[in-house]
Amino acid sequence: MTVGINAFLLVAGWLFAIGLLGVLLRKNTLVIYMSLELMLNAVNLALVAFSRYNNTMDGNLFVFFIITVAAAEVAVGLAIIVALYRRRQTVLVNELNSLSR
Amino acid sequence: MLDVLFYVFSAITLVTALLMVLSPNAVNGALCMILSFVGTAALFVLLEAYFIAVLQVLVYAGAVMVLFLFIIMLLNVEKGEGGGYLKDRISLAASIVGFALLAVLVAAAFGGGSHLPEPGLSAVVDNPVGANGGFEFSTAMKSFGYSLFSKYMLPFQVAGFLLLAGMIGVIVVSKKPDLGTDDDAPTEGQAPEPSNS
Repeated sequence: MTVGINAFLLVAGWLFAIGLLGVLLRKNTLVIYMSLELMLNAVNLALVAFSRYNNTMDGNLFVFFIITVAAAEVAVGLAIIVALYRRRQTVLVNELNSLSR
Repeated sequence: MLDVLFYVFSAITLVTALLMVLSPNAVNGALCMILSFVGTAALFVLLEAYFIAVLQVLVYAGAVMVLFLFIIMLLNVEKGEGGGYLKDRISLAASIVGFALLAVLVAAAFGGGSHLPEPGLSAVVDNPVGANGGFEFSTAMKSFGYSLFSKYMLPFQVAGFLLLAGMIGVIVVSKKPDLGTDDDAPTEGQAPEPSNS
């Protein structure tokens, strides 16, 4: 494969930018949360690319731990969102403004 | 051949990620997200990280996105609000300018005209043995085991404890708030069960 590490880092950086756009643009908390997962995924891609091109195993192990933490984080975060919906009957961020009123 | 596959799978990943962010319907977004995760798994295969690719499909595209779809359909938040984007001008401008800045910066840093070093691909070790065994990049599963149980022993234990804490946390958070208190004081509208034994 003649594709270098910079191409992979380009894809990872653009994925991260798309995730940032989703976090800033959307008002549904669930979609914001999915965009956060997308940003984690972009970092995973960059770590695996560095690991492969530097010929070490550490990046792969980092990705292993990131996937573990992300799974736990998704479970807890979705439970929090469900608890929020149960209390306020909405998950839209422009209606969750009781701190600013 | 592999180069063509790289371009195809990066295009799939980026386009479906953008569709996820821009699609007004959250369920469509979640399905696009699954495609994006599968595209990333294909990129991991191209980087010869087969175990990570399998984990990506199993954990992200499988477990995590199924949980997301379940919660989206459970909450059913698509109550006719149009678009689903923040509408005020400052948020819109800030998100678009931030995205454009980051995208241009990444393209300038890693794009065609960059002067960053391009390390070549070294051969993959099939069977890691010797003094450095398990710590150089290899496709063998046992190099994960070597690293996990020697160099990364403490993070491994902490990750296990974190999963336990997450499990207990989910149970505590998602419990109904007034469920455990009606053992001795029944609330109104909820008649105590007649004991007929």
